[in-house]
Amino acid sequence: MTAGGLLLDAAGKAGLYGLQTRSVGPQIRGGEAAALLRLADWPVETHSGAFDLLLALDWSNFSRFAAEIKLDARSVVIADPVSGTVPEIVTAATQNIVELPIKEIADNISGGRVNMVALGLLCGAIGLHEADLIELIAGKLVAKGASAIEAGTACLHEGFQHSTRLDAVTAIGPERRQTGERRWLLTGNEAAGLGALRGGVRFAAAYPITPATEILEWLAPALARAGGTLVQAEDELASVNMIIGASYGGVPALTATSGPGLALMTESIGLATAAEVPIVVIDVMRGGPSTGIPTKSEQSDLNIAVHGLHGDAPHLVVAPVSLADCLFTTQWAVHLAEAMQAPAIVLSDQFLGQARMIVDRPADIAFVAARRRTENPDDDYARYALTPDGISPMSVPGVAGGQYTADGLAHAVSGTPSSAAEDHLAQLAKRRRKIDEFVYGDHWADIEGDGDFVIVTWGSTAAPVREAAEQARAHGLHIKTVAVRLLAPLKVAALAHELDGARRVLVVEQNETGQFHRYLRSLCDLPADTRAVHHPGPLSVTPDEVLGEILKEHSL
Amino acid sequence: MNAPVSLKASDYKSDLKPVWCPGCGDYHVLLAVTKALAELQRPAHDIAVISGIGCSSRIPAYLNAYGFHGVHGRALPLGTGLKVARPELTVLVAGGDGDGFSIGGNHFLHACRRNIDITYLVMDNQVYGMTKGQPSPTTAPDWDSALSPGGTGLRPFHPLVIALASGANFVARTFSGDIKGTTQTLVEAIRHPGFSFVEVLSPCVTFRPEQREWKSAVHAAPVTPTDDPARAARRIMTDDGFNTGILFRGTRDPYSLARSDTVADMTAFERPFEL
Repeated sequence: MTAGGLLLDAAGKAGLYGLQTRSVGPQIRGGEAAALLRLADWPVETHSGAFDLLLALDWSNFSRFAAEIKLDARSVVIADPVSGTVPEIVTAATQNIVELPIKEIADNISGGRVNMVALGLLCGAIGLHEADLIELIAGKLVAKGASAIEAGTACLHEGFQHSTRLDAVTAIGPERRQTGERRWLLTGNEAAGLGALRGGVRFAAAYPITPATEILEWLAPALARAGGTLVQAEDELASVNMIIGASYGGVPALTATSGPGLALMTESIGLATAAEVPIVVIDVMRGGPSTGIPTKSEQSDLNIAVHGLHGDAPHLVVAPVSLADCLFTTQWAVHLAEAMQAPAIVLSDQFLGQARMIVDRPADIAFVAARRRTENPDDDYARYALTPDGISPMSVPGVAGGQYTADGLAHAVSGTPSSAAEDHLAQLAKRRRKIDEFVYGDHWADIEGDGDFVIVTWGSTAAPVREAAEQARAHGLHIKTVAVRLLAPLKVAALAHELDGARRVLVVEQNETGQFHRYLRSLCDLPADTRAVHHPGPLSVTPDEVLGEILKEHSL
Repeated sequence: MNAPVSLKASDYKSDLKPVWCPGCGDYHVLLAVTKALAELQRPAHDIAVISGIGCSSRIPAYLNAYGFHGVHGRALPLGTGLKVARPELTVLVAGGDGDGFSIGGNHFLHACRRNIDITYLVMDNQVYGMTKGQPSPTTAPDWDSALSPGGTGLRPFHPLVIALASGANFVARTFSGDIKGTTQTLVEAIRHPGFSFVEVLSPCVTFRPEQREWKSAVHAAPVTPTDDPARAARRIMTDDGFNTGILFRGTRDPYSLARSDTVADMTAFERPFEL
């Protein structure tokens, strides 16, 4: 995993783009693990097709993730004979198996490690400069002392020397692309943390859960430096209520979790809806239901995010449409929640959250927390006053004369509990109105291309859809992609406008039942020739899979 | 600044009529809270009273202060988030035995342990009143009810010992009928740094009419408060459950609510991502 990370770092230094994901077993430490990288001289956002190169240090338990490591006849496999027999699933796919004594090379170097030899092999094979890599390693190993740097350097050198045997691998670097723009290397979880901070979040409550924990771990020191705080909660019931408490006090607040945590939080997200307290909950989705597959991605929490609250409880659900977009979408979610005094759920997923990616620096955006407050409430101040846009000026503790009791009970405009029909209807309508009539601008979706063949998608499957559409356009097809960022409230009219005149529509997502497709069907009149394309995790939706669907449709 | 105006207990009372039954102990608790706040002279807008669900959890709306009537069992995390985000506020969390010790039990343990400077007031009547009379964690094992005919057979939860064992910094028991004693205990609980837990024996005259006898059963603790948890635990575990007063006054440092004075420039956070 370390070597994989260094390879991406080296590619980044060389001016390339790329991404790294990992596939690991259930072990807490150690055990089988695969670092999956895709490198290119253009911004890649997803894995695609078969891997060009597989370097195996250990074949044991390879079968556990063989399905996620697609190989074909062009794939080159580097294997150390001492690691055992190359699995049949590999030899069935490709004949290009290069045997190299990686362990022996490492053993001949004092303090040598196989992963450093492997890193040298890979960097040499794809055409990176040895000197650049050595500089990078020296920086990473500086804390481990001179002997570690010396051993690492020697291993890399040996790896580079042996990489001449890997001619079949396509070299892409270095400095194929001279970028003027500033580029970042980060994970979606880090991007989400930065988006939260930029949006104005100054309080977070945290309960650890895979694969969301890194958001909270990124925020812990960052919030402290930004004058905010993070509290570790005893469970998700506590963490969501802590952020409601903080936000009631006027401080924009967030928590991050995954499916099981979101399930626990839903009652209190309803409280935030009823009491009109803005909060942001990031759900980094993983395979479900129940404990599911904590380390692997799936888009199967759409139903609970949109429909999970009891009662009629209008709230916001947004989803980043790329890894870099975790920053924008989280920042926007803070802005929306604060503006509408409502909970916002951000549906990220394990791929977006934990993949490391080289991206162009995301643009700065102006969205920040701006809550409609009252600092000078008059004598007849009513917290839940019925306003034309449904948003009522909020008083917070410390404001003299603004005392009120926030309540999850149905209430009158003052906040006083009321079971009267007229109060219930008025408050339901105002809470609906503020969500439905808010002006969201163009951010409800990212739309690319034009044509009467439209692919509608959301979340992390937007990246393979975009790449497939690019390839289809290269085939001369006219394709439009609509990656929906604002899932609730769904902008039905805007989506209808995008689908106007469409002859064929594909709805692409990564879950078993086609949750997004069913959701669209429940609200929109989709064209007759609309087809749902979906499968559950952990296998990702890939560009060639989507391209295959496009070509299949087109040939009809 | 205007000349300070002396605040009266009535200044902390809202004009909303409680939903409580006539004779409910919670009326006295409400009165004691207003008297305690008057003694502290904290402005109403700097006080927040946070609760969950149940008869006693209705108390925030009956006070003139900021209030939050949340979901069942989650009052302590609500209050915790508010206090951490706004340390300058006086935060009281209030509720009943079912809300605090059953559905909210885990939060009770961790709030004691976390020792944030808030005061938790539990009006204990050993019954779920709002749902019309079911046994709570503090109900005696043989109390007969429709939900648990013949009694639960379960040993009652002992809130004061649990609070002590979990790290609460101030532990007291009062009786709602003793308005003066409850008032004074609340004043001291609010003043004491860290997590203060006050159990108020507050009779439910509707579903536990026998609790009317509590007024003759209670008696003031015969000794002064200790800061030794072992002594306090022995005292609490060997008393008859009607011993009132401040039973433990700890010296543990409260959870730090300090903030960094210097706020980092936002661009500092993106620098580590740059290639």
